[in-house]
Parts: sequence; structure tokens; C-alpha cells
Amino acid sequence: MPAVAFEHVSKRYSTGEHAAVKDCTLLVETGAFVVLLGPSGCGKTTLLKMVNRLIEPSEGRITVDGEDIHSLPETALRRRIGYVIQQVGLFPHMSVEQNIAVVPRLLHWPKERTSERTDALLELVGLPPDEYRRRRPRELSGGQQQRVGLARAIAADPAILLMDEPFGAIDAITRARLQDELLRIQAQVRKTVLFVTHDVEEALRLADVLVVMREGRILQAAHPRTILSQPADPFVAELVGASDLLRRLSLIPIGETMHPLPTGKPAELPIIERRESLRAALAKLLDSGGQSLIVVDSGVPAGLIELSDIYAAARQAPSAEALPA
Amino acid sequence: MSYIQAHQDQVLQLFLQHLQLAGTALGLALLIAFPVSIVIARYQHLYGPVIGVLDAIYTIPSLALLALLVPIIGIGRTPALIALVAYAQLILVRNIVTGLRGVSPAVVEAATGLGMNEAQALWRVRLPLALPVIIAGLRIATVAVIGIGTVAAFVDAGGLGTLLFNGVSQNDPAQIEAGALAIAVLAIMADLLLRLVEWWAGRAAGGTA
Ligand SMILES: Nc1ncnc2c1ncn2[C@@H]1O[C@H](COP(=O)(O)OP(=O)(O)OP(=O)(O)O)[C@@H](O)[C@H]1O
Ligand SMILES: [Mg+2]
Repeated sequence: MPAVAFEHVSKRYSTGEHAAVKDCTLLVETGAFVVLLGPSGCGKTTLLKMVNRLIEPSEGRITVDGEDIHSLPETALRRRIGYVIQQVGLFPHMSVEQNIAVVPRLLHWPKERTSERTDALLELVGLPPDEYRRRRPRELSGGQQQRVGLARAIAADPAILLMDEPFGAIDAITRARLQDELLRIQAQVRKTVLFVTHDVEEALRLADVLVVMREGRILQAAHPRTILSQPADPFVAELVGASDLLRRLSLIPIGETMHPLPTGKPAELPIIERRESLRAALAKLLDSGGQSLIVVDSGVPAGLIELSDIYAAARQAPSAEALPA
Repeated sequence: MSYIQAHQDQVLQLFLQHLQLAGTALGLALLIAFPVSIVIARYQHLYGPVIGVLDAIYTIPSLALLALLVPIIGIGRTPALIALVAYAQLILVRNIVTGLRGVSPAVVEAATGLGMNEAQALWRVRLPLALPVIIAGLRIATVAVIGIGTVAAFVDAGGLGTLLFNGVSQNDPAQIEAGALAIAVLAIMADLLLRLVEWWAGRAAGGTA
């Protein structure tokens, strides 16, 4: 059973000429990290907000864990779904701790459990509780505010997390760090995540399933590598930069293409971590001027990768007719 | 000054009476203004008509309003209170609505999105954040009510206005000066006190973050 299912969902605003979302059908598996990508105004936010009923669909049905979202009271539904927005929206009159405790309080958790949970979450998002618990939102940087926003959203351990351009207002370096941390946190807590962005790099980096939208429709929903290698149409190809070889290489982990380590190989070759991408391996090869690298897994040699492997991977080109002219 | 020294007890009694009248009027005015403002903040199309009516009341000269009330209600505290409550409404309602509307939409969306119902979002988020603006309104209304409260003496409701009316009828400038001074002191004290509360509320609301 999918964690979230959109069945022929449309949304027409009373003031809008065209529907903002048109006949969208999408099944989201439990634990998937789904990224909605598309140009401004294509309906990403509208689609997202229909899940927690901040917006009501005009047509179609949405289910969460198999239940029609209209079978639950709005507030009960929302307390089961984490929600993070670009402007963060922390409550300025509450401390960090009180902000995180909002949903547990709504759910009448005992005080002790709430404060244990708050501390654990602050640790999880990388803000030492003793230092940050009592601060007000205005005493935090933008990146720290968004960490608290994330902690607040997952405070009552919702199975589903909605994020609308959470890092949209954050500088590139902090943004990359927050993306890494989000992936680390996701590996730890395994939510079903629906994440909106119009940043392609961010989408490719985070998504298990990338959903490309345009003018209210879903054009393609697949793993980022599939979308890069087999974009559904020229618009998708151009949007995700499918013709960019380096971008494709950056999505292929070294572990997939490496060879077993031959016995007796001299160990003077440069080394690279197994979880790095082929793009990183290529850079290292260019840098060293060599033909091969030793792949290590947490420092232990695990295999070998050669320039020819990278050529081979790069030549698995997307189907020609899907490329933009 | 000499008048006040000579009539300490009387002035003190009128001072306290004035304070009590203004305090009661503001208390009643707040009790009415809160529900009215909350409804208006929610149903925005009501804002124009309601403010229009309150604005019209506000433009009636206070003495004229009291004169109009006397044939209906008679003299004493009641007509004075009604007039003061009516004048305070415009200022209070306008500030409460402005305060509630001024809360960042992102913060309100977060409150709703996290699963607060309307009452919870109002009590836990919107009102605390609107408080500095509401208290600013209360401060302005307080100063206005203390000032307008002088005409209460006209309908026999007492207060420091008594000194002004008696001073005029008895041709006693010292008594008029004493009344004016006492009213000014009361207004300034109330203003300063509420400025302090306003500052504190601004801090509690988290400043400008
Ligand atoms: N409340 C509303 N009333 C009327 N039209 C709306 C409303 N909200 C959004 N729209 C319209 O619906 C369409 C989709 O908007 P939406 O906010 O979902 O886009 P988006 O993909 O999230 O864009 P962005 O990347 O800029 O955030 C747009 O054409 C927008 O103008
Ligand atoms: Mg949007």
C-alpha cells in the first residue's frame, strides 16, 4: 500500500483561468524521498498542500496509508504529517524548545516525554540542546532556523514529511550542508518525504523518485538516473540537463562499476571512497593523470576503477529521439 | 498647587473616581472590542462597515453625545460609561484587527499546517504576536478616555472634570488649574505605564524576527 496516493487529482482556483493541477496520479511508496521539480507556477506547492488539506482538490482523491484524507478531521491529519516551508514560520514568541514541542503539546504528550524528544531532535539536527534549547528564533541564523523548522515538523514522529522549498532562501554552501544532513537524517528516521524544489541539482541529489511537472501536469516520475538517461520528452530532458554527461556521471556510485581488486596490485595508486560518484572518480583521474584508482570502503581497499569503466558508463547515452534538438 | 494642598482629600477622591471610571470603561470596551475584532479579522468584508460606524460615533463631540444620552438613560455613571466605551471602540478595534492581520502569513500557515485548530492558532500564536499592537491601542484609548472622562462631570458622574465645571461656575481659576493639572498627571502616568507594558510585550513577542 502506498504511503500517499494521488488519484486523478485536479485543482482549479476560483480566480484562476487554467487549473493549477491537472489530473495528477502518483503513488508514493513508504519511505521514498520524492522530489517535485518544475518551473515556477507549475503547481508543485498546490499539489503538496493538498496532502495536508491546506488546499482542497477540485477533483480526484488523495489517500494517506490507504485512508481517504477526507475521512479524518483536518487537524488530526495535519498532526500526523510533518510540514516545512521556505519561510520557516517559526513562532517568534516561543523558544526553540517550545517551537519543537508544539505538536507534542497538541497531542497531549506528558512533559517528560516531550522534553526528552526535544533534546533528541536538537541533537539530530545538529544543534546542541544545552546551547540552543532556550534561544528565540531571532537569535538563530537562517540555516539554524530551518533546522529547528525540520525538528518541529518531525517532533511527533509523523510518517510523512512535506517540505516546500525548505532551503530556497539559504546560501549555496549552507544549502549543500543541509541537503547532506537531510539525507543523513532521512537514513536514520526513514520518513516518506515529499519535497518541492526548482533547483535541479538539489532534486537530483535528494530524490529516490523525481517527479517532473509542467503546467499542472506530471510529465515523468522515476529515479533521477532514469530521468537523465530516458527523459520522457524534450522539456524534461532540457529541464534536468539530460545531455550533461558529467551530471549523469555524478549520479552513478563508484561501487556499481568497480572491479574486484587484483591480487598483488601495487598500492601506490590514488584512492577514492566507494560511495563517491563516477564524476568524482573522473576528476581524481584527471588530476592524477593515471588510468585507475583504488576504491576504498571506510579506508579498507575494496576494488579498482579504471578510466575505461567511466567511458563505458558515460556512453550509455539517453535514447536519441528524447534529446532536445 | 495651593488649591490641591488645601483640598487634598477632595482632589484625591476625584482622582480615584476618575481613574475608576476610566478603568471600568476600558475594561468594558476591551470585553466588547476583542470578540468584535476577532470576528472582523476573520470575515474581512465586515471591516469596512464596522469601522465606518465606529468612526461616525467617534466624530460626535463628547458633550453632545452625553447630552443625547441623558434623556434616554438619565444622569450618573451609566451614560458616562456608555460614551467612554463607545469612543474607545474605534481605537481598540482598529488596533486589535491591525495586530491580528499583521502576524506573518508564514507563521499562521505553520500554525495551521502543524495541526492547530482556529482557536489554538488564535490563542497560542496570533494574539501573543499581536499583543504589542493591541497594547499600543489600549494606551492610546486610555489617554483618550482619561481626557474625555472630564465631561463625565457634566452628567454628575464625578471625576476630575468636577473641578473644571465647578471652577468655571464658581469663577475659581485655581480650581480649574488644579483639575487640569491632575488630569494631565493621570494621563501621563497611564501613558508611561502602558509604554512600559508595550515594550515588555514587544520583547515577549520575539522582536522583529
Ligand atoms: N490561492 C491561489 N489563488 C489563485 N491562483 C493560485 C493560488 N495559488 C496558486 N495559484 C496559481 O496556481 C498555479 C500553481 O501555483 P503553485 O503555487 O502551486 O506553483 P509552484 O509550482 O509552487 O510555483 P513556485 O515554484 O513559484 O512556488 C500558479 O499559476 C498560481 O498563480
Ligand atoms: Mg511553490
